[in-house]
Amino acid sequence: MSENHDAARPAVKTAVGPAPDDWGPGRAPDPLSRHRSGTIGTRVSRVDGPLKVRGAATFAAEFRFDGMVYAALAFSTVPKGRITELDTAAAEGAPGVVLVMTYRNAPKITPLPEWYTEGKAVAGDTLPVMQDDRIHWNGQPIAVVLADTQEQADHAASLIRAGYEPEPAVTSFEQAKAAGRHPTFHYGRPLKTEISDAEAALAAAPVKVDEIYRTPFQNHNAIEPHAVTLAWDGDELVVHDASQAVVHTAWSLGYAFGLRQDQVHVSSPYVGGGFGGKSLWSHHILAAAAAKLAGRPVRAALTREGVYRVVGGRTKTEQRVAIGARPDGGFDALVHTGVVAMGRHNTMPPEPFITSTGSLYAARSFTLEVEAAHMDMLANTFMRAPGEAVGSFGLECAIDELADRLGMDPIELRVRNEPERNPTSGLPFSSRHLLEAYRVGAERFGWTERSPRPGTRSEGEWRVGMGVATASHPYIRLPGGEARITLTADGRVIIDVAAHEMGMGTETTTAIVAAERLGLDLDQVTVRQGDSRLPGLIMAGGAQQTAVIGGAVSAAHRALLAVLIELAGHDSPLAGLRPEEVGCVNGGLHKLEDPSRFESYTDILARAGRGEVSVEASGPPPLELTHWSMRSYGAMFCEARVNAVTGETRISRFLGSFDCGRIMNAKTAASQFRGGIIMGLGLALMEETHLDERHGRIMNPNLAEYHVPVHMDVPEIEVMWTDIPDPHSPMGAHGVGEIGITGVGAAVANAVYNATGRRVRDLPITLDKLL
Amino acid sequence: MPIVINGVATEVPPDPRVSLLDLLRERLTMTGTKKGCNQGACGACTVLADGERILSCLALAVQYDGRRITTVEGLSENDTLHPLQQAFVEHDGFQCGYCTPGQICSAIGMVAEANRGAPCHVTADLAEETVVLTREQIRERMSGNLCRCGAHNGIVEAIAATYGDGAS
Amino acid sequence: MRPFTYARAADAADAVRLADGGRARYLGGGTNLVDLARETVERPEALVDVTGLSTAIEEIGGGLLIGAAARNAAVAEHRAVRTRYPALARAIVAGASAQIRNMATVGGNILQRTRCAYFYDDGSRCNKRRPEQGCDAIEGFNRGHAVLGASAACVATHPSDMCVALAAFDATVHLRNADGERTLPITDLHRLPGNRPDLDTVLEPGELITAVELPALALAASSAYRKVRDRASYAFALVSVAAAIEVTDGIVSDVRIALGGVAHKPWRAWTAEAALRGGPATAERFRRAAEEELASAVALRHNAFKIELAERTITTVLTDLAGEQP
Repeated sequence: MSENHDAARPAVKTAVGPAPDDWGPGRAPDPLSRHRSGTIGTRVSRVDGPLKVRGAATFAAEFRFDGMVYAALAFSTVPKGRITELDTAAAEGAPGVVLVMTYRNAPKITPLPEWYTEGKAVAGDTLPVMQDDRIHWNGQPIAVVLADTQEQADHAASLIRAGYEPEPAVTSFEQAKAAGRHPTFHYGRPLKTEISDAEAALAAAPVKVDEIYRTPFQNHNAIEPHAVTLAWDGDELVVHDASQAVVHTAWSLGYAFGLRQDQVHVSSPYVGGGFGGKSLWSHHILAAAAAKLAGRPVRAALTREGVYRVVGGRTKTEQRVAIGARPDGGFDALVHTGVVAMGRHNTMPPEPFITSTGSLYAARSFTLEVEAAHMDMLANTFMRAPGEAVGSFGLECAIDELADRLGMDPIELRVRNEPERNPTSGLPFSSRHLLEAYRVGAERFGWTERSPRPGTRSEGEWRVGMGVATASHPYIRLPGGEARITLTADGRVIIDVAAHEMGMGTETTTAIVAAERLGLDLDQVTVRQGDSRLPGLIMAGGAQQTAVIGGAVSAAHRALLAVLIELAGHDSPLAGLRPEEVGCVNGGLHKLEDPSRFESYTDILARAGRGEVSVEASGPPPLELTHWSMRSYGAMFCEARVNAVTGETRISRFLGSFDCGRIMNAKTAASQFRGGIIMGLGLALMEETHLDERHGRIMNPNLAEYHVPVHMDVPEIEVMWTDIPDPHSPMGAHGVGEIGITGVGAAVANAVYNATGRRVRDLPITLDKLL
Repeated sequence: MPIVINGVATEVPPDPRVSLLDLLRERLTMTGTKKGCNQGACGACTVLADGERILSCLALAVQYDGRRITTVEGLSENDTLHPLQQAFVEHDGFQCGYCTPGQICSAIGMVAEANRGAPCHVTADLAEETVVLTREQIRERMSGNLCRCGAHNGIVEAIAATYGDGAS
Repeated sequence: MRPFTYARAADAADAVRLADGGRARYLGGGTNLVDLARETVERPEALVDVTGLSTAIEEIGGGLLIGAAARNAAVAEHRAVRTRYPALARAIVAGASAQIRNMATVGGNILQRTRCAYFYDDGSRCNKRRPEQGCDAIEGFNRGHAVLGASAACVATHPSDMCVALAAFDATVHLRNADGERTLPITDLHRLPGNRPDLDTVLEPGELITAVELPALALAASSAYRKVRDRASYAFALVSVAAAIEVTDGIVSDVRIALGGVAHKPWRAWTAEAALRGGPATAERFRRAAEEELASAVALRHNAFKIELAERTITTVLTDLAGEQP
């Protein structure tokens, strides 16, 4: 199914009964997963679209408070040591300055605990913020200036003079690796899997690859820089934030300042891109502390450089991928090990680049392991498809290299190693149609036109090649999903959920799903999100929002059915029915077995004399994850052109064929797939954060020298999907926000190899590596 | 002489450091124009000065005294979207919406440039004075507007549908 | 940005008077100076807006006189530039973005400063920003840095595309200061860094560029500009080549070559030109001339590829141009 292929919709709408209580074994699939009426799965324009194209959607740095002052930060220029001198006199005397805050006068702030402590902590590191004279990374904030205007604050911050007593720092990856490699854990589980003796099997294998792949530091670079506009109101703190975790942020800020979560109100209705970077970083805490100290509301809008100094990015990886195969292509051994750089005080898990490897191929033995080497640098963090985005580069290049050695088509090699169950966990797959995605993708892309011999196709100066790689991302549904459905007397509903709209189309998808479940038209549904006072503890991460919100809304829907039947009473056609027996359609309920027993919401509420009915419910615990291996899959096809004179690489065609369960909104899902693919093109060809390894300073903290793809780098990207519902997930859906970036680096590298015969194993694939 | 912003005359701020962008966003609370990098590398702050697209972050407001500035707020009338804004919605030419006002203003300026035959990097024949807005032309001419969500295809489609060689 | 005063000059004489011998800085489109001031690399106390100066593009002695305040986009769009100096139009539209080209003036483009990351970063050492401080680029990230004419003090490159074409075409700059007017070949305007990398040009304090003059140059009509960069658009050159060649009966009768992205100034390839004049117009000779031009190149840790890249690009541009000769 492609985005332009809308399935025929029956003229008569069908009712949707309640979803199961949970998604554990023995449950019927969500009735919505096969529902074919209404808008679900069609191309629906964003409900927030008109607002956004008029520039009328309000972002964090665009809210105002009376008496607000502007913040500017000064940053350290050494990676480690003590501040010995901090001259703030000139800054304090500069025009318009209201406050200069340093460690000397900052209020007491409690350092934040490890990531996800109490399921709620979301700070990037556990370091104290501006509480002492210690420097932990190059670029650490050393002072906050508040002034009446941004111009005044910026100038005053530039007048601050600092001296340091530097201490030896580990700022190079080689130095860090030499100092020791440490075992790593991912949400409590060791990032290490061993099944049989993979090294021995590798040694004995007749055909093998054994290579090192490297990926650099990268930054999210959402076009909206991080910002908070905040104010204290007595013991309460109101924060307009750019956040992908509003409730977590409220809790975390409360923790830092000794407040209850409900004393901190975080609002973030729109976020100008997150990609994993918009959790809680020191600017939140510094702005709140300075506002408290100055007794004034504060706008702290980070400069682009400030984002690089304060907000971590994706870390560097060095991966060994070794595959031992039989002549028929079957894998005897699959080894994926290596080391990632990590900040010393990270709260985040390490870049878990092996998380796909254990699920994708039916090898007879595995050794998978991620180790960490500690560096004195800003904490690294999640960035779109953490682990998979870069892990798939190593793994899927190695598969291509092996196919080349075997003289076998790389898709055929994957077919021969397609597992029946998850090869490392032993769990059955909930829904896996990767080979189908390959089949339709290859046909659409014209894969058979690829020459198996590299370097054989040219057009003028350009060498042309095709490459393919598997994309994969886990299905995730963290606990914490809650939603409130409010049905009003006019038959409209409001969905309240503390979720986030960063461009994924969450608001629209939530409205589509709610409208279908409730038998309403899309314009009868209003979604309110992006506020910590709404129900739920939902992080916009792991591409999980669709499933989490879906699970919560379906639970609230069940509760609403019970309430409505109760309210309907004995005089209703619905009298005596149980919630499982009814379905929603045409703005009301009917008996699933007997549609003539119908009553509209407006009638039910009117008869009961109710202005509205409001129910709130929690989504069931994610039992499905313990019974099935649940992942999304894709086949990525790339045509690359490499200039024979200059080594420049341009992508001329790209197709992503996905298997991500049922697609809820063909328009926004296609955009999410494309968005991931385009970020993947950046990862493949140009993105790299330059950390100067002599002193740990990021040298390209800007959008001029950190290259992200521009329009001219982006060809028309085709996307298609199987649209096969997962029987074990809400709506049969999987998230689609992250899978798009996975496999792209390898698809590009494999295409470049096919074009030139040159194998580039360290990203990005810049022209100097191809001359 | 004042700056005329969307038809409304505004005095330049007394501090000459104030950029046109900060004049809009912080002094006039016209926040439709976005700040993405504040150094001319992303295009999010694009506005039209006498119809020409410029970067308001690198423009000192005082330099634009006497000029007519059009921002995204000046494109639509009440709830009636500009045809290009409507096309952005239809073709999903954005996700987060943050680069969007800059993309739209840039595209409008770009079309004026193309209509008067201004060349660009992919112009095959510099002597040719008629520009056909192919997808490639649009991509090159719009390359000063970054989008991190990856809405590039939708943006190009929206522009092509409104102004391109296949536009009605 | 430190506080500054702002004044708008009515004409060149007014601008020079207002600049007061260099106390004030000239402000064109602001696309570089405003950024640098915000980064505190530049700390002007006074700005003189010179965008009110001549923007005319006029015929002069078979060539063109371009007012210093002409916007980059206007130059690239001008009919005479497009047909008689196509490499100049190509160079301009290969640079920056359309918005920046609409703002930036010709004078400002010429005087834009290096994009060396260490020059921009207040936390790094830079001899260009602070003389005698040391250079963190030489042992740092220097993939984009100079391979020709660099010094132990500075390895920065000049970032302009436009200037590369101007250098190839023997353009002259018209200058004015309190003492009067003078002209200078653009190839003599920018300096090599030597031990004074803080000085980008030979301009006197307060001296103003009032115009750029392109001489009559018949072979420029079939000139080319090729820019090699890390993304398909909106990126500075790793290497760029502006060239024009005249071939008569298979022999190079005249040739102009300039390089961008390789040196502290737009690099006129005098050596290669001399090697080619009067010789056969073959790809092999082009290649050898390019190698001669790059013979003095010195690579840093990350930029050795630029030498090969420049040689290849020169060879290909000349081969393509020679192939198009009637």
